[in-house]
Amino acid sequence: MAGTNGFSVSGYGPQRSTMTRLMARDSTARRLDWPMLLASLALTLIGAALVFSATRNRNEINHGDQYYFLFRHLLNAGIGIGLMIATIWLGHRTLRTAVPILYGLSVFLILVVLTPLGATVNGAHSWIIIGGGFSVQPSEFVKITIILGMAMLLAARVDAGDSEHPDHRTVLQALGLAAVPMAITLLMPDLGSVMVMVMLVLGALLASGASNRWILGLIAAGAAGAVAVWKLGMLDQYQIARFAAFANPALDPSGVGYNTTQARIAIGSGGLTGAGLFHGSQTTGQFVPEQQTDFVFTVAGEELGFVGAGAIILLLGVVLWRACKIARETSELYGTIVAAGIIAWFSFQAFENIGMTLGIMPVTGLPLPFVSYGGSSMFAEWIAIGLLQSIKVQRPVSA
Amino acid sequence: MSNIPETGRTPRVRIRLVILQVLVLSLLLTLGGRLWYLQIREGDKYQKEASGNHVQQVVTPAVRGSILDARGVPLADNETRLVVSASRTDLLKMKDDGKAVLTKVAHLLGMKPADVIRKVRLCDAKTPQPCWNGSPYQPIPITDEATPKQALQIRERGEDFPGITAEPTAVRRYPGPGGSNTAQVLGYLSPVTDAEIQKAKDTDSPYLRSDQVGRSGLEREYDKELRGKAGVTRYEVDNLGRVIGRAKSDKAEPGSTVVTSIDARVQAVAERELDDAMKTARQTYDKVTGENYKADSGAVVVMEAKTGRVIAMASNPTYDPNAWVGGISAKEYARLTGKKSNYPLLNRAIQGQSAPGSTFKVVSSTAAVKAGFPFDGKYPCTSSYAIGNQVFKNFESENFGPINLGRALEVSCDTVFYGLAHREWKKLGGIHPKPGTQDPFFTTAHEFGLGKETGIDLPGEVSGRIPDRTWKKDFWKANKDYWCKVGKKDGTFVQKLSWENCRQGNLMRAGDEVNYSIGQGDTLVTPIQMAAIYAAISNGGTLHQPEIGKAIVSPDGKKITEIPPKVNAKLPMSAKTRDQIDKALAGVATRGTAAWRFGGWPQKQIPMHAKTGTAEVHGKQTTSWFATYTKDYTIVMTISQGGTGSGASGPAVRKIYNALYGVQADGSIDKKKAILPHPETSLPKIQPDGSIDAPTVKPYDPNQNDQQPEQNVAAGPPAVTTDRKD
Repeated sequence: MAGTNGFSVSGYGPQRSTMTRLMARDSTARRLDWPMLLASLALTLIGAALVFSATRNRNEINHGDQYYFLFRHLLNAGIGIGLMIATIWLGHRTLRTAVPILYGLSVFLILVVLTPLGATVNGAHSWIIIGGGFSVQPSEFVKITIILGMAMLLAARVDAGDSEHPDHRTVLQALGLAAVPMAITLLMPDLGSVMVMVMLVLGALLASGASNRWILGLIAAGAAGAVAVWKLGMLDQYQIARFAAFANPALDPSGVGYNTTQARIAIGSGGLTGAGLFHGSQTTGQFVPEQQTDFVFTVAGEELGFVGAGAIILLLGVVLWRACKIARETSELYGTIVAAGIIAWFSFQAFENIGMTLGIMPVTGLPLPFVSYGGSSMFAEWIAIGLLQSIKVQRPVSA
Repeated sequence: MSNIPETGRTPRVRIRLVILQVLVLSLLLTLGGRLWYLQIREGDKYQKEASGNHVQQVVTPAVRGSILDARGVPLADNETRLVVSASRTDLLKMKDDGKAVLTKVAHLLGMKPADVIRKVRLCDAKTPQPCWNGSPYQPIPITDEATPKQALQIRERGEDFPGITAEPTAVRRYPGPGGSNTAQVLGYLSPVTDAEIQKAKDTDSPYLRSDQVGRSGLEREYDKELRGKAGVTRYEVDNLGRVIGRAKSDKAEPGSTVVTSIDARVQAVAERELDDAMKTARQTYDKVTGENYKADSGAVVVMEAKTGRVIAMASNPTYDPNAWVGGISAKEYARLTGKKSNYPLLNRAIQGQSAPGSTFKVVSSTAAVKAGFPFDGKYPCTSSYAIGNQVFKNFESENFGPINLGRALEVSCDTVFYGLAHREWKKLGGIHPKPGTQDPFFTTAHEFGLGKETGIDLPGEVSGRIPDRTWKKDFWKANKDYWCKVGKKDGTFVQKLSWENCRQGNLMRAGDEVNYSIGQGDTLVTPIQMAAIYAAISNGGTLHQPEIGKAIVSPDGKKITEIPPKVNAKLPMSAKTRDQIDKALAGVATRGTAAWRFGGWPQKQIPMHAKTGTAEVHGKQTTSWFATYTKDYTIVMTISQGGTGSGASGPAVRKIYNALYGVQADGSIDKKKAILPHPETSLPKIQPDGSIDAPTVKPYDPNQNDQQPEQNVAAGPPAVTTDRKD
């Protein structure tokens, strides 16, 4: 295989210098969606500042090094960007062929989580400790493989020109493909991730052109499933308490309502321009738990104010808006479904994460895309960006 | 692979993508709207909550101001003691609620573990003392008498005593200079309650959780001045309470010093003499009841005649005010509030009320003059006075013939006052007077300040009672049902009285009025009221509001707020009448009912004036009243169930005067031995640094002025006519 060291593709033209190739009108780099890329990068860097602010004096978790989390966040971002480049280089169509392997691998990994090899963090048994301070959360990668798998199944016949819309059999297969890892994730129990998966399944189905009955049926099934989960007592006590605290934050301000109350105080006290980076009393005083991960938005709210926190929402808007544009403009249904799945994933996860800090959604353990500290999620998100970029540049399948 | 044409997309998918985009947009707009609501609209509210969140206050209690006597001798001050305290919050975190730790502390301190555990429990309606009635978040003192060794052990072995602290703390102390006690006047402190904190929250002097509050006496009256302002250090803390910075702090301001007119030496004399007089009375035989006098309680007031300032005020039974310091024990509390000890917390000089007996006759004499009876007129002092079939006897049925009011005061002739009151009563219309009629005998009493509080700067003063027509009507309304139920025309004394009261209790009967004229019946006065009246007669007629506080001195000594004497009223008498009464009261001391107690008194140098009183109380022994004055001082003493005025209280009052002026047993004056020949007019000297030097106080020796043996006090008076006691 040629062109392993650049974006150029074998057989696409005469050999040119790297720079020239990058700047060429038809080069991959020129055809990338730069607004999305820059917005994602901006979110990652804002996230770095916020993570640093939240952790620089938390000696009990930062091993005495105030840059511990900042460094790791940037390292994660670097790896993530590398994964993105690799994804673009491989191209989503190449990955299409590898979907069965990737899907199988990811399902295997979340099954490992259920074994004693998995670790419990904040009530969710969804981690694999690798050692050396590293751990993976396979459910983040499952989100991608579900999207890719569903897109592969749903688009196969349509992209081949055999039918206008996926038939019932195909939809059923796709749902079955998604159901397996979702059921496993529910057992962890990682309810937040399951909710995201439900949303991305909906997004994929929506974009596939599947019959309205499937969409409505799935929404109804989701609602029924939620009731069943509740009624059958499949929720842990801490999850019920989180929902109770969401319904009434004043319920137990020092217990389950503590997170939401403190988060809301932090954000509310920020005002228009905030207390200034590193100057928020709620953040400095560590009143908000999980502040570098799930509650990172509270740092922005308190220290950067409405201006800074609003900017985060705006940047997410840019990413999602460009993603929508890509979904609309791509010629093949496979790319459309992948893009729609990613849009559903990012938008719901951002809404749930920011919504819970603002007190309009119940608390679940979901990171804010690009901003929250966390390796697995960061990697998965950058891979997703890579997929979107790949759809945009429409590279043909490599040899 | 084939190139897929752009037309591969169906309209359905296109519409659905637009729906997806709209959904995404609406989600983001929802977040933006909610963010605006929290940060812009509600921002102020959350800002306040955030600052409440991360600021913790540490309270440094202010050192309470001292209470000094007129010369600067501390009556109440502070000493540094090692206080061992327990933090309830820490104890409750332990598995056994801290029982093991408390037991360990008890052993170290040599206390009973059960006592320690009881001390740190919280008071509620069901929990008896000892218990903690302060804030549960404040360290609860276990003892304030830890030795340095015990304190060191606790501090150095902190891991063995979690939640226990040992700190040097300023603790209230009542040093009792010269053997004085002054308990009821000083009052006591106890921790502030939640209700009080709530009540004082929005005033200009809110309480802090750690505050001790004055509960009675001067401690309560001048609480605001004495308390000072606690220092508050505000720390910025993190979620675990670790300090991460320091916010605006207020330094503690010590409380002001209250300088009083009390003289610790005179106070010691007054207390000692009152106690001795009561002990003597208990060895004296009462002919009426056939047993020794009970002398269950008594009070004495020594007042500056010209200003109304109180130099000494004693109440008996009494207690040690230090019993309250550091939390009172259950046994002690029960003793202080029990009937058995006859309520030693009461200050009987302002809270004890009884019929004044003949000491009231200065009021009746003034009333008679106002009613138009000349002071120098002649009025029959017969052995008895009859109204209808009721006979009112003179004391011991004495007969002095026609005498003027002055002589009537000297010999305390009851029948003279019976006659005057009865004549006035008839003149005003008898039992059914014209509406709106003002009886001078009652209006004069009100003008003397009786029937209402004097306004002395002590809490809980009672008003006494003048049983005028209005009062009688109200009292009858309240009691007639009971009287009419138990009343019997031919029953026991009580039944007969009830029967009469049922019929006519709302009316002023002749008997009521004549009884009232000699200070008997339903009349009630307090010792402080009588002291104010006799001081007013001494000073020419100015009725002062009695005062104990003389000045408030700021802790740095720079600001001195003097408390000037206050005038309540002018006595309703002309200068001439004043002089006539003054002369008569001097006669009481020289040739009247009190003369036998002032034998050998240097009357020329120090003119003494006195009036005796022996009030009868149904079912009890007589109350002894003795009201006296010189040009400088007024001393009023009363002993409940103590016998006659001059008999029970006379020697004690004379001994107080002896001490004040340095009068020796032979009547000579030893100026060196006089502890206070003139009232203290200046304030104690305040040093530039705000401190006040106190002279040393020698304990009172009751025999220092008595080189010769006292005349048979216990044996009773010799049988001469001037020895008549009333």
